[in-house]
Amino acid sequence: MTDRVSIVIVSHSPDVARGAAAMVRQMVGREVRVAHCGGNPEGGLGTNVAAIKHCIEQVYGPKGVAVLVDLGGAETNSEMAIEMLPKEWQANIVVCSAPVVEGAVMAATEAAGGSSLAKVRATAEEMFR
Amino acid sequence: MISNPGTSMPAETSLLVASLIDAGTAAIRTNADALGDLDRAIGDGDHGVNMLRGFAAIAEAREAICALPLSSALEEMGKLLVMNVGGASGPLYGSLLLAMGRAGAGGNASLAKMLEEGIAAVKKRGRSDRGEKTMLDVLIPVQLAFAQACAEGAAVRDAIERVKRAAREGLESTRPMLATKGRASYLKERSIGHLDPGACSSSLLVHAACDAFLESTKP
Repeated sequence: MTDRVSIVIVSHSPDVARGAAAMVRQMVGREVRVAHCGGNPEGGLGTNVAAIKHCIEQVYGPKGVAVLVDLGGAETNSEMAIEMLPKEWQANIVVCSAPVVEGAVMAATEAAGGSSLAKVRATAEEMFR
Repeated sequence: MISNPGTSMPAETSLLVASLIDAGTAAIRTNADALGDLDRAIGDGDHGVNMLRGFAAIAEAREAICALPLSSALEEMGKLLVMNVGGASGPLYGSLLLAMGRAGAGGNASLAKMLEEGIAAVKKRGRSDRGEKTMLDVLIPVQLAFAQACAEGAAVRDAIERVKRAAREGLESTRPMLATKGRASYLKERSIGHLDPGACSSSLLVHAACDAFLESTKP
């Protein structure tokens, strides 16, 4: 599993994050490491920098991590979380500009085949162009 | 008494930091509902409660923050906003304070320079600039007014009045604007005619910071 790109799903809604992660697992089983988080620090709709950072730490590997986000705050908070991680990790983590559910499933499917982080990102973002 | 706001901060800043925390927290507490209403009109409605959560975390750490020099205190407040706000305003205000604090570390940078660095960080974080119906429509005019007041060697009271006016006018300037950043941009032209909630919290916090500055420099 560590020879695959990992996936992190960040949504404003804990339910959406959980559901998207379930859809990813249905597609790729345990071949790809997936972590998800949703909700502000109190559990309401929003995002949480500490939780995002924790998710990335849980699944980080040498092939890198593709982060799928839903709306603006999820993206901004994910960027902030990435900056708080070790410098040598940062170039190996990308936030994909893709719809969170579809993007996560497509990114994970690409990752399961052993593709590079750049290829995983491109596959997720392709559908949104 | 500080005669020129462009010069470095006084060595003893715990009183200033305490005033900043108290004034900022009070401004957000008093106006959280109004910020929520503005955000409900053109966004997701959580700006008030999000800012409240962030400032509650700062208020809780008040004693520890006040023991720090100004630059570290700003950085600590920035971190608390990043970790607690739960919306995009967390990293945006967080980046502002973190960059101001970093610029001020060492004690040689003027407040004008710190503000300039802080606003550059907000622009970068939000990939935004003036005229997009955001907090930058308050912060940029505030920085320009302050820099000009410093360059002219204005007295503290005069500089503060000019900064407050720039904040008020900056906030009002967002009303006719079309939002092109954040949730409000999803409304397209329906965003026109509303004040931007982030510009509003910025204006409130600039006013609070000005009052705190005056309070802490009273003889």
